[in-house]
Amino acid sequence: MAARSALLKSSLAKKYWMSLTGLFLCLFLIVHLAGNLTLLKDAADAGPAFNAYTEFMTSFPLIKISSYLLYFSILFHAIDGILILTRENKKARPVNYASNKAERNSIWASRNMGVLGTAIFIFIVLHMANFWFKYKFTDIAMDPGDLPDMYGIVVASFQEGWYTAVYVVSMIVLGFHLWHGFESAFQTLGINHHKYSPIIQGVGRFYSVVVPALFAIIPIYIFLNL
Amino acid sequence: MMNLTLKIWRQADAKSQGKMETFKVTEISEHMSFLEMLDVLNEQLINEGKDPVAFDHDCREGICGACSLYINGQPHGPDRAITTCQLHMRTFKDGDTIYIEPWRAKAFPVIKDLVVDRTAFDRIMQSGGYVSVNTSGNTIDANAIPIPKEDADNAFDAATCIGCGACVAACKNASAMLFVSAKVSQLALLPQGKVERQDRVLNMVEQMDKEGFGNCTNTGACSIECPKEISLENIARLNREYLMASLTK
Repeated sequence: MAARSALLKSSLAKKYWMSLTGLFLCLFLIVHLAGNLTLLKDAADAGPAFNAYTEFMTSFPLIKISSYLLYFSILFHAIDGILILTRENKKARPVNYASNKAERNSIWASRNMGVLGTAIFIFIVLHMANFWFKYKFTDIAMDPGDLPDMYGIVVASFQEGWYTAVYVVSMIVLGFHLWHGFESAFQTLGINHHKYSPIIQGVGRFYSVVVPALFAIIPIYIFLNL
Repeated sequence: MMNLTLKIWRQADAKSQGKMETFKVTEISEHMSFLEMLDVLNEQLINEGKDPVAFDHDCREGICGACSLYINGQPHGPDRAITTCQLHMRTFKDGDTIYIEPWRAKAFPVIKDLVVDRTAFDRIMQSGGYVSVNTSGNTIDANAIPIPKEDADNAFDAATCIGCGACVAACKNASAMLFVSAKVSQLALLPQGKVERQDRVLNMVEQMDKEGFGNCTNTGACSIECPKEISLENIARLNREYLMASLTK
């Protein structure tokens, strides 16, 4: 009996899925970032390059298939994390301590993954409503190369100060989430080894600072220069 | 000598509503252990005709796992790698206010004051914390089986867990993963534990979930607060053992 429910219902199973979907999302962020970095090219080159990238991402079959896996991963990671893990874990301690010095034994991000994750999820909804939804369900002006001009929409969005601010803050939140999440995903899968763990930790910390920082630079660049 | 203010959780029994109560103790020697300081308080309460504060204790030398107490926001108090009975009053200063609370977890209900019911740990042990032994009369000396030094050391380190429950108390999720991982590791690493290896990990995790402990989120608080410094490598091993067992069994 135990074996049958082990990969679906047990406390560890929830963690394995959390870890796998999380690592997949980390991989996706790199692909996403690579495309976004075309926005930093000269204004004349950036438009065609970015529009070609969005066209490729929405028409190449392999990417299309992975996009469904991506939507599933985001929803699963959010539902498993917020509705199940965070809620269940709160129930496991019905009475709180009058005095609790959690900062002495764990980092802040590790204790607030639910809050950080919720903020990131709200950001993703906003982000998809503004770009993904417009691309899929509204008429978009065409660029000179006859591709939908997503570049124009991106530039128009980030000329709004508040919108740029929301993005930058969200990337800081993402950084904190990844700071704990990246390393934690490996521990959950049982990968903890005196030879490899320091490397995983180093890569995780580098990733969680550099990736969100590069994402954040783009709206700031557009806001200041275009 | 110190004069202290103590804020202690008082609860008449499992069903009663509890609350924090304030007490004063005077002329406490810095050489006293924390439990001896509580003994002084209880003597004072008994002399006043009041109900003494109930707390768990047994060996008072850091090896039995009976003492508990969440002291000033940390299990077993502010020092590292010791139990409450090994905490000395020299850690505190004259005039300090000290918060003393029971372990807080749904799976560890309060019995009275600072005493909690930790039999959930016993039930987890019963579900898988044993090995098959030859009872035919020809029992083999354990030392006759060659075991790599590193495995023996890791098993021994895991086996130093005294089951006090500080890991559950420290964890923001009241998760019992460090305890269960230590118990799974100490047997999984040794040849004697191989017979029940897969059933053990599946059953112990199933029992752990049934008891109402939370899910591990790898904050690492458990290992930092553990009086025996049980390593997080054990939790990774439990994750591996469980994954392999659930995929193959």
